[in-house]
Amino acid sequence: MNIKDNHLIVSSAPHVVNPVDTTHIMKNVVIALMPALLVAVYVFGLQALILTATCVASCVIFEGLTRKILDRPQTIGDFSAVVTGVILSFNLPAGLPLWMAIIGSFVAIVVVKQLFGGLGQNFVNPAIVGRIVLFTSFATPMTTWPVTNRMGSVLWNSDAANATVDTITGATPLALFSNAKDVPSNMDMFLGTINGSMGEISAAALLLGGIYLIVKKIIEPTIPAAFIGTVAVVAMMLGFDPVFHICAGGVMLGAIFMATDYVTSPLTTKGKIIFGIGCGFLTMIIRIFASYPEGVSFALLLMNILVPHIDKWTKLKLNGIPKGGGK
Amino acid sequence: MISVKHLKGIHVAHHKNTAGSAIIPMPVPEKVYIPMIQHIGAPNQPTVSVGDHVKVGQVIGDNQAPVCAPVHSSVSGDVVAIEKFMTQMGRVDTNIVIQTDGKQETAETVVPPTVTNKQEFLKAVRDSGLVGLGGAAFPTHIKYNPRNPEDVDTLIINGAECEPYITVDHMTMLAHAKEIVEGTANALKFLSIKKGIIAIEGNKPDAIALFKDLTQDIPEIEVFELRLVYPQGAERVIIFETTGRHLIAGKLPADVGVIVSNVNSILKLQQYLDTGMPLVSKSLTVDGNLIARPQNVEVPIGTKIKEVIDFCGGTTGEPKKILFGGPMMGRAMPSDDLAILKGNNAILVFDEAFSTMNPETACINCGRCVRGCPMNLMPTVLAKAWDRKDLETLKEYDALSCMECGCCSYSCPARIQLSYKIKLAKGMVMDDLKAQAEKAKAQAEGGKN
Repeated sequence: MNIKDNHLIVSSAPHVVNPVDTTHIMKNVVIALMPALLVAVYVFGLQALILTATCVASCVIFEGLTRKILDRPQTIGDFSAVVTGVILSFNLPAGLPLWMAIIGSFVAIVVVKQLFGGLGQNFVNPAIVGRIVLFTSFATPMTTWPVTNRMGSVLWNSDAANATVDTITGATPLALFSNAKDVPSNMDMFLGTINGSMGEISAAALLLGGIYLIVKKIIEPTIPAAFIGTVAVVAMMLGFDPVFHICAGGVMLGAIFMATDYVTSPLTTKGKIIFGIGCGFLTMIIRIFASYPEGVSFALLLMNILVPHIDKWTKLKLNGIPKGGGK
Repeated sequence: MISVKHLKGIHVAHHKNTAGSAIIPMPVPEKVYIPMIQHIGAPNQPTVSVGDHVKVGQVIGDNQAPVCAPVHSSVSGDVVAIEKFMTQMGRVDTNIVIQTDGKQETAETVVPPTVTNKQEFLKAVRDSGLVGLGGAAFPTHIKYNPRNPEDVDTLIINGAECEPYITVDHMTMLAHAKEIVEGTANALKFLSIKKGIIAIEGNKPDAIALFKDLTQDIPEIEVFELRLVYPQGAERVIIFETTGRHLIAGKLPADVGVIVSNVNSILKLQQYLDTGMPLVSKSLTVDGNLIARPQNVEVPIGTKIKEVIDFCGGTTGEPKKILFGGPMMGRAMPSDDLAILKGNNAILVFDEAFSTMNPETACINCGRCVRGCPMNLMPTVLAKAWDRKDLETLKEYDALSCMECGCCSYSCPARIQLSYKIKLAKGMVMDDLKAQAEKAKAQAEGGKN
């Protein structure tokens, strides 16, 4: 054997890597979102699928175009834009006009993600901001829920003041509890044969996706547990049904798929617990005391902004260094 | 402080393809190239000249500097050249080139040493040319003679072998368990250490059973089964796992009452005590996806890599990476024209697909590096601080505590070479500390004038 010296690759150790890469992670998140998409299609019909497809396609196209215009390496292959697209669509009413969804995609991908430097650099969750911008810009369409008969066929009702709307969005939980007839059963809430934003209705489907991600070691259960746990505790302390508050609105979707977004959540376990508790607490505060019916989006947004500080507060201590430092 | 039971780590595929391949002695090559620097410390000076006839076990390089281990001829033959060359580390070193005569005559000096007390024991360790065979190559007689011998209560024999592919320590333990136990007992006796722990990773149950059997009547030697988590064999990790003591950066094992020796070191020590034959050969695992016949071999020190590869049937394709050591911490060689040193324990040869690293993508803050770091560092924070040359953050986040085990880089889904960046960052912090120390010194001197 004779090797020409300059034919060998000399690089720093380690010389092996875990096969799990960013694309693998993002693909698994997409897989984990599928049960909720199936429920959405079952409850809201084909329009839900069309909405998701529109969001995904527009997110990927916006990502590709922005990278091209900014002359940066192409990143659509990492599937992160697909994840953003699916999650954004899950935060929208199934019947939202598609051009509005495309605006949401633009805000999420171009404004929030790419203008801050692309994947890993955005300090807030792109899909959350996409939803919030749409919600504040197009308040009526964003709160116009297709009413379902809980058997899959969809009836249209653009009356935003419909009693069912309040049920789903949790606008006035106190009023709902005083009028028990309007509240769907906990079983319906859990399974998702109710209405609301297309991807958030079925706690069961979202939970299934969450378990898949935990088993696949894509996410750790820390943030969802802290988030959902806090929602339950605050609800109980205020005398509400915790199951209702967990299954209603965006808590399950937010806790499992949005609060666990790596980029906008803390690094350490301690930080994740603080972050999850903060999300849960703010969600309940907004739901109960603020004028908005649902608090998950704003809770996530506020906590996202705090992440760099949480990371600083929860800096890990070296093993073997006694408390209070020392050399 | 939350007390931890285990240090963090990662799960790496073991690829112990050569487990079960008994160590085969390799025939003496035509020429050996024996470098003067095979340890951490002062370089040896050649004690032979061109034209001299040397025999196996004869001292050919020595230096009376305190931190140094002598070098012996691994063959019998004639010194044909003493030449400068570039080492694996990029340093300039001197090779003694010996043309072998194939007779392998043993030097007259090779006789079992008389050892009755600690001084004679330490001298024997030095004369054996022993260095840490786990890879660090620190002279063993220095390690066995710490400043605070009275504090040392535990001798850990490291049989973890946590690197993928490498099985040579495993095979050595199976073949020489009795000598390893004797060596451990001798080291305990002469160094007045109360307890010995032979620590072996759980993927070698046969070795664990064998040692348990051999030590059942020796109360001061315990056999400890390590978890299957990389890097159990790293000094700081094995100390914590076996004794619960934390060794922090900048401290020596003896500071926490421990001395750690590799199983192969303790075996070579016992063999020296028995026969007087110093460290002249090294057993290696030869593997990797291009080696025709992966196996464990014992080679004379100074044999060139290419001859070892040829002995194992050559390669089945074009090599793109040759590693000295395992894939987690091993060093990629620039050439196959380098010689086997005391500290080497594997040659791994890989093809292009294995050797080519995927390009780095953006950090997604997933925290896998943080969850994998045995030292409880935050590698991603350090790597980002290195990217912007942020000295303050590097210091605040304890860059110097990194032991370069590679868990962070291995785990990174964005393929960021975290461990490499932190290694570079450590250099930057060290330079800064040095500069500050010099500045303080200059100021102190200036104040006097």
